[in-house]
Amino acid sequence: MIKGKFIDNLPKIYGIYTGGFLVFIILMSIAEAAGMTAKMIGIFFVAFTVLIYALIGWLSRTLQSDAYYVAGRQVPTVFNGMATAADWMSGASFVAMAGGIYFRGYGYMALLVGWTGGYVLVASLLAPYLRKFGCYTVPDFIGTRYGGNLARFCAVVVLTLASFTYVTAQINATGRIASVALDIPFNIAVYVGLASILMCSMLGGMRAVTWTQVAQYIVLIIAYLLPVFWISNNIGAGFFPHFMLADEVARISELEGQFGFVKNSAADLATVPKGLAGITKAHSTVNATPWQFISLAICMMAGTASLPHVMMRYFTTPSVRTARRSVGWSLFFIFLLYSSAPMLATLSKISLLDPNLATGIIGRSITEVQALDWYQNWNQAKLMFVSDFNGNGTLELNEFFMKGDAVVLATPEIAGLPYVISGLVAAGGMAAAMSTADGLVLAISNALSHDVYYKIINPKAETAKRLIVARILLVIIGFAGATIAALEINDILGSVIWAFDFAMSGLFFPLVLGVWWKRANAAGAVAGMILGLGSGTAYLVWVKWYAGAGFLGITTSTFGLVGASVSLVAMIVVSLITEAPDAATQKMVDEVRIPSGKTILGKQ
Amino acid sequence: MSKQEQHWEKTRNLLFITLAIWFVFSIGIFLFGAEMQESTIRPFGYPLTYWFTCQGSLAIFVILIFWFAGRQEKIDDEFGFTEREGE
Repeated sequence: MIKGKFIDNLPKIYGIYTGGFLVFIILMSIAEAAGMTAKMIGIFFVAFTVLIYALIGWLSRTLQSDAYYVAGRQVPTVFNGMATAADWMSGASFVAMAGGIYFRGYGYMALLVGWTGGYVLVASLLAPYLRKFGCYTVPDFIGTRYGGNLARFCAVVVLTLASFTYVTAQINATGRIASVALDIPFNIAVYVGLASILMCSMLGGMRAVTWTQVAQYIVLIIAYLLPVFWISNNIGAGFFPHFMLADEVARISELEGQFGFVKNSAADLATVPKGLAGITKAHSTVNATPWQFISLAICMMAGTASLPHVMMRYFTTPSVRTARRSVGWSLFFIFLLYSSAPMLATLSKISLLDPNLATGIIGRSITEVQALDWYQNWNQAKLMFVSDFNGNGTLELNEFFMKGDAVVLATPEIAGLPYVISGLVAAGGMAAAMSTADGLVLAISNALSHDVYYKIINPKAETAKRLIVARILLVIIGFAGATIAALEINDILGSVIWAFDFAMSGLFFPLVLGVWWKRANAAGAVAGMILGLGSGTAYLVWVKWYAGAGFLGITTSTFGLVGASVSLVAMIVVSLITEAPDAATQKMVDEVRIPSGKTILGKQ
Repeated sequence: MSKQEQHWEKTRNLLFITLAIWFVFSIGIFLFGAEMQESTIRPFGYPLTYWFTCQGSLAIFVILIFWFAGRQEKIDDEFGFTEREGE
């Protein structure tokens, strides 16, 4: 059935894979009709998909450094777009985003704009030029462009801090989903998640991660879109929800006005389990000041352009031209999910609120709601809660509480869809969290093995030894991440936002100016990275743990603004008062700026 | 001016145009979020600001990147800097 080279057959292979997955969904729904329990369906979905990823990971095993670090630089444009989209859309995007929109509305949607707008910066400022450079890792670019081990090392530090903050959140998410779907305790589920992540990346490095990420994208996009379309059709809101939910958005505003936002007393709120929230903000009104919205969007955009696990995906394309186009495809595939998140939030909210729908619970009697099957399940998982604060026997808007993550996971059940869809959504969330964790763990271990071990400590190490070091580091970092994730220090979304701010503080300007400003030199870059990361972190610590007042309305979510501004000024001032880069470096920058000709680093 | 300098000047101009469009739809319009929300322009019936945050700006970014890539390819072709196959 499959002849010739793997790369030439990609559309066919993934076509068969997609068809097979759809058949699996149909088989599971038949099994559900035949009486398979919800728990078994969940286990089948998660176990089946994870096994497939592990199989792909095993088939892609390699002993070549070009394949291990950059997938042999032969990933076609559209497939690299899918892999990047999976790499990018984390557990936070899949599980938490619709919930965030659901509870916080407009102010939160700055993340949608920020996490997509950043790709314009990636395409125009960085990706094609770094591809031309021919590096294996992001610190590889910094180290070679500016020269010197200090610059390379600083870049590794920023990368590790940002990616590690991010990866703990992802392992946390895999653990949470695995614990719900497989019904095992969270602190064990975290290691189950870790084992699956390592299976995908350890043997084949970037090559294995690339092909599992494409497979994961297909699962996660089906899992996200299917319920959105299904619910929309089910409640008669329109067959294509993205263009047809205006009436529902208006209806939610009307219902909000009718129910009113009653403020709960502190004593009442104290009885609500930790982490659950009620609806306290209007769905579609502008509830943030321009600066609140814009500052968050800027941080997410600059962070997108500085996060190494995204940038390194564009090192795997065959050429500069394909790298550029591939950014467009990445964003297109991301757009498919991001434009659906507000629709899911709308559908979820109308299903719960509207008394004209069979699923509406606001205004029904408390005992009736407490007797619902899905309520009991999610209440038991500590993700949902109702309480009759005013004692009138009916459920009011201010008496219903839910965890943000539950919006995506529980909506299919709330809207009365068969359980097979909930199983599918769990598999999708797992795919999203795993694909991002894979990319991040690989980014960190590649930077440590290639830039610290090979380039700084032992430049004579042969390929086999380097790849062994890379794999050992991969396992160590994975375990460290899982151990910290099991402690549950910060919530998923909070950690993700911090990662963007860290990356932006330390890396944004050293990367951009490396291409766009020839005069930038090593001293400037080092100053930019150290002072940028240092000031950003100091601001975070000051505001978060020393109750600092902050300034200019910059919060713990936008501290990257402080870091990046300091980084820019430091980099320009220090570069200008020290010597200009030598002629060879200047010529190198000229070379980077044109697509034709050999890559700077050649074959490593 | 050498061929390479001309190429870079055109590339830089394209960057400025791209970033200007990017700025308008990622930052500029959200300075007027509250005002736009009241507007009578309602794409697909959604309030204007709401629509931009969930679809409009996002879709514009996708189109912008493809447009940018096409223009940059033209510039590279013009100066003979396009990669040959197999490089």
